[in-house]
Amino acid sequence: MALSREQMAKRVASELKDGFYVNLGIGIPTLVANYVPEDISVMLQSENGLLGMGAFPTEDEIDADMINAGKQTVTARTGASIVDSAESFAMIRGGHIDLTVLGAFEVDVQGNIASWMVPGKLVKGMGGAMDLVAGAENIIVTMTHASKTGESKLLSKCTLPLTGAGCIKRVLTDLAYLEIENGTFILKERAPGVSVEEIAEKTAGPLIVPDYVPEMAV
Amino acid sequence: MAGFDKRVSSYEEALEGLADGMTILAGGFGLCGIPENLIAEIKRRGNRNLTVVSNNCGVDGFGLGLLLEDRQISRMIASYVGENKLFEQQLLNGELEVELTPQGNLAERVRAGGAGIPAFFTATGYGTQVAEGKEVREFDGRNYVLEQAITGDIAIVKGWKADTYGNVIYRHTAKNFNPLMATAGKITVVEVEEIVEAGTLDPTEIHTPGIYVDRLICGTFEKRIEQRTVRA
Repeated sequence: MALSREQMAKRVASELKDGFYVNLGIGIPTLVANYVPEDISVMLQSENGLLGMGAFPTEDEIDADMINAGKQTVTARTGASIVDSAESFAMIRGGHIDLTVLGAFEVDVQGNIASWMVPGKLVKGMGGAMDLVAGAENIIVTMTHASKTGESKLLSKCTLPLTGAGCIKRVLTDLAYLEIENGTFILKERAPGVSVEEIAEKTAGPLIVPDYVPEMAV
Repeated sequence: MAGFDKRVSSYEEALEGLADGMTILAGGFGLCGIPENLIAEIKRRGNRNLTVVSNNCGVDGFGLGLLLEDRQISRMIASYVGENKLFEQQLLNGELEVELTPQGNLAERVRAGGAGIPAFFTATGYGTQVAEGKEVREFDGRNYVLEQAITGDIAIVKGWKADTYGNVIYRHTAKNFNPLMATAGKITVVEVEEIVEAGTLDPTEIHTPGIYVDRLICGTFEKRIEQRTVRA
């Protein structure tokens, strides 16, 4: 069975370490916050300037001056700090964020990522995505392995306009966890009950399949 | 003698000198921390052919979206737009030109502009459309793109509190681009929720020192929320 969005978030959450500063993108990455293991503490960065994003507010706590990068009302957690946009991106561009999780439309074996221009739709902008992919050392891309029409999103070469070049090393899809190295995808884990053959079939770019591919624990 | 007293008595006075074709730097992220009364005053003045530098362009009927109604903006530099139908329509009609800039580049370009740095190299956007036509240089085996600073004729900024000398404090994430824009305008106009006597604010807590501020005015704010999210 392909992983649900929640299971994908849970798998990514297992990469979190105690004391990590983490930036989560919109969509599945946002859900990762719900699965932070209880015995560790992480600080979520929101690129509009909030380091230490907390839960959504209660009705009484709503404050128009306290939002996240998705423009949602939020709260600040214990130990939070708030900075201006240049400093917020200095944290990102200076490589101070321990883990960045973001979605994509396509990833290729050169580590290129396309995530900001939807084909056939009006371009709204890249927001902070280009800064995030260029600045972070440790990035996990989350996306479905193939489009709804069955087209692979793991390619030899991205077809859509890039968000960043040569910056992605790790991808979690609904079918597999893969790493990118020396111009190829390497299959590291498969979703429970998903065969290596199905993953290979839905991976358009070169793929190395080790002799043993463990099932993910989700 | 006004000395360091930056207060002006009306919004009309606050934007005196704003002319057609000028570049406006506007603080705010989405609708959070936007100089809403200064934007409304620009609409009232009716200046046209404006270039606006801001992370976003408001929504239909509020914030910078108001300036689209009478087609006052001809060029927009932003990282994310299109929360408003009017924007989309004017973009597709060719009435509005847009330069999409990565958010971190936008912030740093304005910061650089205010700090007298004409350009800088950044890894952001290398190998993408954003880098097309720009100088690329390698440092320690990695490629970087030359990005140019941004300055403006008038910066419009929303603060929380200020003293009469124009020392400004922002509140929570309403800070965002505001302190950056404040440094990069030939004329910087700040509107705040409260003005106190100079000497009242703790100097160590000032975010924008009065040296950057030319005009200061106290206003009342709607503070519209874009995405109202609550927990159960």
